[in-house]
Amino acid sequence: MRFAVSMLSVLGIASIIGTVLKQNEPYENYIIKFGQFWFSFFESLGLYDVYHSGWFLLILLFLITSCSLCIYRNSPLMIKEWRAFKEQATEKSLNVFSHRETYSVNFTLENNSLANTKQQIVRFLNAKGFKYKFKTKADGSELIAAKAGTHQRLGYIFTHTAMVVIFFGGLLDGNLPLKVQEILGNKRIETQDIPESQVPAISRLSTNNPSFRANMTLPEGTSDNVAFVRVRDGYLVQDLPFRIALKDFRIEHYATGQPKSFESDIVITDPDLKTPLAKTISVNHPLTYKGVAIYQSDFQDGGTKLNFKVWNLFTKDQQPQTLDGAIFQKGTLGQGAEAFKVEYNDFRKFNIINLSPDGKGKPHNVGPNITYKLRDTQGQAKEYVTYMQPMQIDGRHYFISGMRETVQDDFHYLRIPVDEDLSINGFMNFRATMMDASKYPEIAHRLALSAIAKNKGVDNRDTAVKKQFEDSVVQLMGTFAHGGYNEVAQVIEKNVPEKEREVAAKTYIKMINLAALEAYNLSLEANKKSTLVNNAETETLIRDSLNGFSDMFFYGTPYYLQLEKFDLKEASGLQLTKSPGEKWVYLGSALLVLGIFSMMYIRERRIWLLLKPASNQVLFAMSSNRKNLDFEQEFSLYREQLKSLLV
Amino acid sequence: MNTNIIDYQPKSLLQRLNWQDWLYALLLVAGAIFAYSQYAKFMDIYEVTFLFGAAAVFSYIGWQWKAIARLVLGVAVVSLFSISLYHGDQARATQAFLLKFLISSQSAIMWMNVLFVLAMVTYWFAMYKRSEFTGKVASALTWSAVLMGFVGLMVRWYESYLIAPEVGHIPISNLYEVFILFCLITALLYLHYEQRFNTKQLGGFVLLVINAAVGFILWYTFDRHANNIQPLVPALQSYWMKIHVPANFIGYGSFSLAAMVSSAYLLAKNGVLASRLPSLDVLDDLMYKSIAVGFAFFTIATILGAIWAAEAWGGYWSWDPKETWALIVWLNYAAWLHLRMVKGLRGPVLAWWALIGLIVTTFAFLGVNMFLSGLHSYGTL
Ligand code: HEM
Repeated sequence: MRFAVSMLSVLGIASIIGTVLKQNEPYENYIIKFGQFWFSFFESLGLYDVYHSGWFLLILLFLITSCSLCIYRNSPLMIKEWRAFKEQATEKSLNVFSHRETYSVNFTLENNSLANTKQQIVRFLNAKGFKYKFKTKADGSELIAAKAGTHQRLGYIFTHTAMVVIFFGGLLDGNLPLKVQEILGNKRIETQDIPESQVPAISRLSTNNPSFRANMTLPEGTSDNVAFVRVRDGYLVQDLPFRIALKDFRIEHYATGQPKSFESDIVITDPDLKTPLAKTISVNHPLTYKGVAIYQSDFQDGGTKLNFKVWNLFTKDQQPQTLDGAIFQKGTLGQGAEAFKVEYNDFRKFNIINLSPDGKGKPHNVGPNITYKLRDTQGQAKEYVTYMQPMQIDGRHYFISGMRETVQDDFHYLRIPVDEDLSINGFMNFRATMMDASKYPEIAHRLALSAIAKNKGVDNRDTAVKKQFEDSVVQLMGTFAHGGYNEVAQVIEKNVPEKEREVAAKTYIKMINLAALEAYNLSLEANKKSTLVNNAETETLIRDSLNGFSDMFFYGTPYYLQLEKFDLKEASGLQLTKSPGEKWVYLGSALLVLGIFSMMYIRERRIWLLLKPASNQVLFAMSSNRKNLDFEQEFSLYREQLKSLLV
Repeated sequence: MNTNIIDYQPKSLLQRLNWQDWLYALLLVAGAIFAYSQYAKFMDIYEVTFLFGAAAVFSYIGWQWKAIARLVLGVAVVSLFSISLYHGDQARATQAFLLKFLISSQSAIMWMNVLFVLAMVTYWFAMYKRSEFTGKVASALTWSAVLMGFVGLMVRWYESYLIAPEVGHIPISNLYEVFILFCLITALLYLHYEQRFNTKQLGGFVLLVINAAVGFILWYTFDRHANNIQPLVPALQSYWMKIHVPANFIGYGSFSLAAMVSSAYLLAKNGVLASRLPSLDVLDDLMYKSIAVGFAFFTIATILGAIWAAEAWGGYWSWDPKETWALIVWLNYAAWLHLRMVKGLRGPVLAWWALIGLIVTTFAFLGVNMFLSGLHSYGTL
């Protein structure tokens, strides 16, 4: 018994581990988290899949064995108690009961004759729902042994049998058979990323496999007859006895942008079927065919076609190139040392993001984004995420694109302010102008003129000063175009004595801002657009543009991919399961509920009434295997009622 | 000898019913039929079953415990009145006087909060003063809080349909809503024991845990604005939710109740308030009863959860953190019951265990959502 309670506690504590450490993640994640040493140590303990590890199974086995033994040991007793009336009780044994009463009854009175009293008592017991048995003792006294609620005893058997049944069902659906086959060397986990058709037989599970839980990703318009069972850091291929085709996958959204439903129109083809079986499955509405339940589990991109404009950020080009691609495919950008491989990883049409500054506002849909990697000639890759539409941040709109070097990093975002048409072109033209050294003299000249116009005191014929001013503007722009604010800061650090740096920086920033305004206007004029008016709005635009420009140098690539168009193709993630243990688990569950309710809501009570005509006494005794308040109350009640009945 | 058998012959339930009981049941059934005639086309077979099942279940409970009948009717009348004031326009919740200050979903829930706090103070005062009358006032306040809480939930249910018919759903789908449910169920369980065992002295203890939940609701409302009605994510769009969640909360409520009784037990055992609290036997018994009830319902809830998971996630047991913690809670109380029933253990050890059980339960209920991630999608903080 102590063992049972300990095992219950041990199982509880062991279960906690798997909830604290995220289970069944890709192994790289664990390596990154723990480092190689601890990773291997934890792996040997089976911590990445606690609930299927040997030791966890062992705990369960112990529990179930002890439960079974317990049933074996206690059941005969319980059944005996369930059936027995215990009419063997003697006066002596009744006298040691804590709940008893003796009444004096004059059996010689006609009214109280033995037969009459018996009849009264029988009526009483019937009314209370007791079953009873008589036994005449050798000394002429008569014993009435009664019981009620002994079904409670069956509750014990039900409850504990239920545990064994549930465990048995779980075992059928667990991975024990697979584990055994692995140990025997009949099966091997495939860890390489190879096409399904090349997976060898030793890593395949046949259609006869009685129980599995596998996943399948079907792009729209395709079909397949295999699924993948993920095991630790690899997988097994599960062959299916039929073929599933995905006609269409749909996500419906609420007005707020949150997803409302995920649905897949699937068609099952099978030689055993005269006509293909077409069905729509959705979350909470699976389809079961040939014992395989098919669930809507998740979704991903199925190869969306993409059209980009590619801006080379560090040239003076005004015009972007075009680039076409599709998710899961690769492309190339640039040439020579500047060449990159593009790996299109994911496209999402809806992105629900909370953009409010304090995170308390409502999240909303910011539109499509694309995730891709750029791999340089050395094979180093950076990951990018770029949103198609401008996002509103603090009341202003920006094109957002993030970059990170490894999966653990957060994305660093490049924010590009929109122009008055909410397009990216304004910034890109500005950027081209800023990159175009041939434009600097013109910009410097304009700056000088406006400076002179403002400072009336300066002699506008003093060409030497003017020339010097213009030269310094040109030089500053060159520095800025070479590396943004960072570059400017370095130049200051190198050339300006420490005390004057702050003043110099302020002057430079002011000059860059003024130059940028001219550059912006220049680019607008070149595109025959009206120039910016001098106001707060323009000031912010220029500041944002300069920040964007400056951040380009940390973007890790000269190429900005602007998503122009997409042709959405989705893939539905299906989960396929076969679980023969399910009905056992449900049977066990039903037994469990039945058992618990009968153990707790049926109260076993026993009553003995010993009628002793010889001494004109009736002995009343009562017992229960659970001494609760209810029992005390019931005993007092019966004691009084019997008194008024008998005396 | 007394030949009058009748006085100890317990009457069957049907014999005990009077015309008011029948009228009550009739009203419930009529309400169900009316709802069916209006909305049958929006309901599937399960929902129809639930509708009439609810009429039957609440009739039965109301017959067994008359106060529930009054509560059900009260909630129905006030909710319908509130709904009638909306004129189908959600904005009126903050415009119409009665709605704004009394019985819009939001206000009713605020009143529930206030009444629970008042009830707690009154219970403690009643215990301090040993005043029978004050105790009655405290009970009445608790009943009113429960009434307002249910009205709040009912009207919220209606409001969710005002946002858009497709958004409408029963208000037990996120942490905010289930916290209200938790308060209400715990209070009802307590009131049940109170009227059966006349244990008004325990009210202050039980309302402590309820008011902890009230505190959470307030924080959640004012700091997180979690009171806004959100549409259901696809995984929650299932009739299973409608029974799984309430069953779970009967479990949680019972376990919390047991823990609060245990704390009273431990105090009394150490001589604190001993003269004002019920006897140790009564406390011990109450502790057992509410753990037993909780255990039964928690078992059912977990099984229902497994059946639902089999339908939504493709497996009846995935060792998802919430599932696993449900198992841990279950094992904990199974161990508790074994100690008591098999080893016959009583007293402080079990009381302490029940108190620690509350921590385990709270973690399963809240901690999992806060600290662990998994498939269970409702309610992150
Ligand atoms: C898988 C592990 C076990 C589980 C889940 C389990 C569960 C339960 C439950 C739920 C109850 C009913 C408590 C109630 O009525 O509220 C119970 C009672 C009981 N269990 Fe277990 N049990 C387990 C193992 C064992 C073992 C190994 C023993 C043997 C020593 C045992 C002996 C008993 C006994 C004697 C009772 C009380 C029966 C009665 O007095 O009517 N249990 N158990």
